[in-house]
Amino acid sequence: MSLWEYANPKKFMQTSGWLLPIFAVSSAVMLTVGLVWGFFFTADDYRQGSTVKIIFLHVPAALMAINAWFMMLVTSLIWLIRRHHVSALAAKAAAPIGMVMTLIALVTGAVWGQPMWGTWWAWDPRLTSFLILFLFYLGYIAMWASVENPDTAADLTSVLCLVGSVFAVLSRYAVNFWNQGLHQGATFSVDRETNIHSSYYLPAYLCMAGFVALFIALVLLRTRTEIRKRRLQALLVRERLA
Amino acid sequence: MPDLGKYTVEVSMAYGVSLILIFLLVGVSILQARRARRALLEIEERRKSDG
Amino acid sequence: MIALFLRDLRQATRAGGGFGLGVAFFLIVVVLVPFGVGPESEILATIAPGILWVGALLSCLLSLDRLLALDYEDGSLDLLATAPIPLEAVVVIKALAHWVVTSVPLVIVAPMLGVLLNLPGGAYGWVVITLLVGTPALSIIGAFGAALTVGLKRGGLLLSLLVLPLYVPTLIFGAEAARRGADGLDGTTPLLMLAGITLASLALLPFAAAWVIRINLR
Repeated sequence: MSLWEYANPKKFMQTSGWLLPIFAVSSAVMLTVGLVWGFFFTADDYRQGSTVKIIFLHVPAALMAINAWFMMLVTSLIWLIRRHHVSALAAKAAAPIGMVMTLIALVTGAVWGQPMWGTWWAWDPRLTSFLILFLFYLGYIAMWASVENPDTAADLTSVLCLVGSVFAVLSRYAVNFWNQGLHQGATFSVDRETNIHSSYYLPAYLCMAGFVALFIALVLLRTRTEIRKRRLQALLVRERLA
Repeated sequence: MPDLGKYTVEVSMAYGVSLILIFLLVGVSILQARRARRALLEIEERRKSDG
Repeated sequence: MIALFLRDLRQATRAGGGFGLGVAFFLIVVVLVPFGVGPESEILATIAPGILWVGALLSCLLSLDRLLALDYEDGSLDLLATAPIPLEAVVVIKALAHWVVTSVPLVIVAPMLGVLLNLPGGAYGWVVITLLVGTPALSIIGAFGAALTVGLKRGGLLLSLLVLPLYVPTLIFGAEAARRGADGLDGTTPLLMLAGITLASLALLPFAAAWVIRINLR
């Protein structure tokens, strides 16, 4: 029993077939409970008022925006090194999810910034980095869409993901250098005094777990779709030849 | 509806936009999944009946 | 390798090679900016280093799709891939030729265009130095982008979409150094960072570009 067994599309389809509902249901439950709890049953912050409730969407979305890219990096590497098709397809499946998460983080950030900083948009390092990350997602998805041969597309996007990761990190530091920001420091670090009150912890963690489960469920679903599409293509080609 | 004070618009907008985006993503994914599965089933049936 | 370099230079400078197009584009962008933001000389002086940098970057981008596409179409890229010199070196040579043909003229005209934008006196040296140090990075990153899109029929737009985010760090450090110079501050730190990006790109990206070309030629 090893991890690489799941590189077999058949095995992957079997396993993901029963994993998918588990993650889908648990994410739905966690997100509903977490968001309802966060929206209706948390107190307002004494400084930020009710805008603090945006945190239950903003932070998990930002978390998943970065983790989705990281997952794409790992699966791209697996594809480049071990040539497992499922891995490349998982990277392809994750990209639109990461892009939407980035968008959510940006929008909720802008909406939050409006009352807090008095502006929808500021060229704050973290906001700017997320905007750049969004552009990277766009380029990556466009690359997938414009190459016809699936193996070539997988190779090219994997290298793009690799190089893009380096430049994304570089941009992060460059942007930091370029403009010191308004953004608050870490809100959920373990030992800091700036941490928010503990009554926000539970719903926030619940939302984060819900977003993680949602991401996994969507990746599984979309990867399954990609595998089916690939098989469909293969069958069509075979039919045309026959 | 809880009392959101003077930030009602902002907070509900953040929740609204985010939920719409998430539902769109989930909806599109499910739609694509269904379409792919149906197309695949169809062609597999046809191949089976052709022998 | 020298022969290849000379060949690329000749191809770019002969008719239809697009030599001078980048400079003309740069001129037009710089002329358009005052129409957009208004003729107040103080505003122009403040944004001049940034405009020169963004303009140079866009002009550089404009000629990227020629970097490899012509060789791909007539099949000489296949020959180069199987030639005794490594493909990585070919990429460096091609990027170097692109730099000489596109960016060096940009660096030369940048001070003259600076006059149009009322660039502060102390900034001329900084703009020239940062462009000189930063544009090789633009060329080599662009070569990677061109390698990614070389097999596509209409890769031009995709090329811009892929390359522009990769240009962000270079632009930030380059424009920051030029701006600090214009404000009479010391721009050494961003200049060194810029040089670091250029050298690191030169060292690493040729391998990625050659890898991608091999994939595209498969």
